[in-house]
Amino acid sequence: MTHDLIARTITMAGHHGDPLEAYLAHPTDVTTTGGVVVIHHMPGYDESTKELVRHFAALGYSALCMNLYFREAPGASPDDAAALVRANGGVPDERLVGDVAGAMDALNALPIANGKVASIGYCSGGRQSFLAGCRLPLAGVIDCYGAFVVIDTPPERPFSFTAVVGEAAGLTGEVLGLFGAEDEYPSPDQTAILEERLTAEGKKYEMHTFENAGHGFFAADRPSYRPVAATEAWEIIDRFLARTIGA
Amino acid sequence: MCTYTTEIIPVHGSGKINGAWQRVDEAAVYFDHPVHFPAGHSLMIDVRSSRNDSAERVALELDATSARALAEAILATLDQVPPALRADSHVG
Repeated sequence: MTHDLIARTITMAGHHGDPLEAYLAHPTDVTTTGGVVVIHHMPGYDESTKELVRHFAALGYSALCMNLYFREAPGASPDDAAALVRANGGVPDERLVGDVAGAMDALNALPIANGKVASIGYCSGGRQSFLAGCRLPLAGVIDCYGAFVVIDTPPERPFSFTAVVGEAAGLTGEVLGLFGAEDEYPSPDQTAILEERLTAEGKKYEMHTFENAGHGFFAADRPSYRPVAATEAWEIIDRFLARTIGA
Repeated sequence: MCTYTTEIIPVHGSGKINGAWQRVDEAAVYFDHPVHFPAGHSLMIDVRSSRNDSAERVALELDATSARALAEAILATLDQVPPALRADSHVG
């Protein structure tokens, strides 16, 4: 079923109460539903990410994506903002978690909120979704090919992001991992380590690695798009959300 | 992947940003998902002024072969210029 929806730009409170631009979409034909925090990829708060927000609303969930680069570049085009934040070393983990917490509050404040929120992120956002799930009471955590979940970024890079799998004990919600067999970041070896760690911690999880797919197989506007993997993965996401944040 | 590999260097020069010239002082080079060039990854070059509050920049997205050719062309051009003229490109 495709739900009727409304989508609009709002201002929400992020980490430390900082005002952030965010894109919100929610169905108009349900009385209660869960929320999805969509964490944009490193290229920024772009049109393809907003399309994802609308897609979740069409599936029947409230969805919100905050502009993680709003502080550095309010009003800038997404690509200019992304380039500036990259040059500055990226988004600090603590700030990211605070922003996701703010997004959860914004979703739970909606009249149709059922109090359950999941997160989803792609690429760099996959790592951030997992990190947020380790520190916040998210009912569902979706990691789409997030790199550097189980390994640190190499020390010579200007970014200094550490592996987050060590925080897995903090997970309170179920984890869904969606990966490509041809991806190197994360490689199948790395996702196997993630799976081992979640098993060791006794966490509930579901992981899928798709053949003939690499990094970015969801991205319909890029050559990495793999329709067979993406279509199946969307069905998996639909079932996961129904189970974790459904009414 | 969204690579985190980024080279950032100080530069001295000017760039035309949104149709207006301004002094620039920083360049970033990285290999990641392009915004406009229809490839999975590309070599990206951003040149900007760190003194400018705006995020605007001079931006390029090139395939790997073009990027290497551009780098070699820059080096070849500089190598052909008499040292005195190269020195003449420095300000202050």
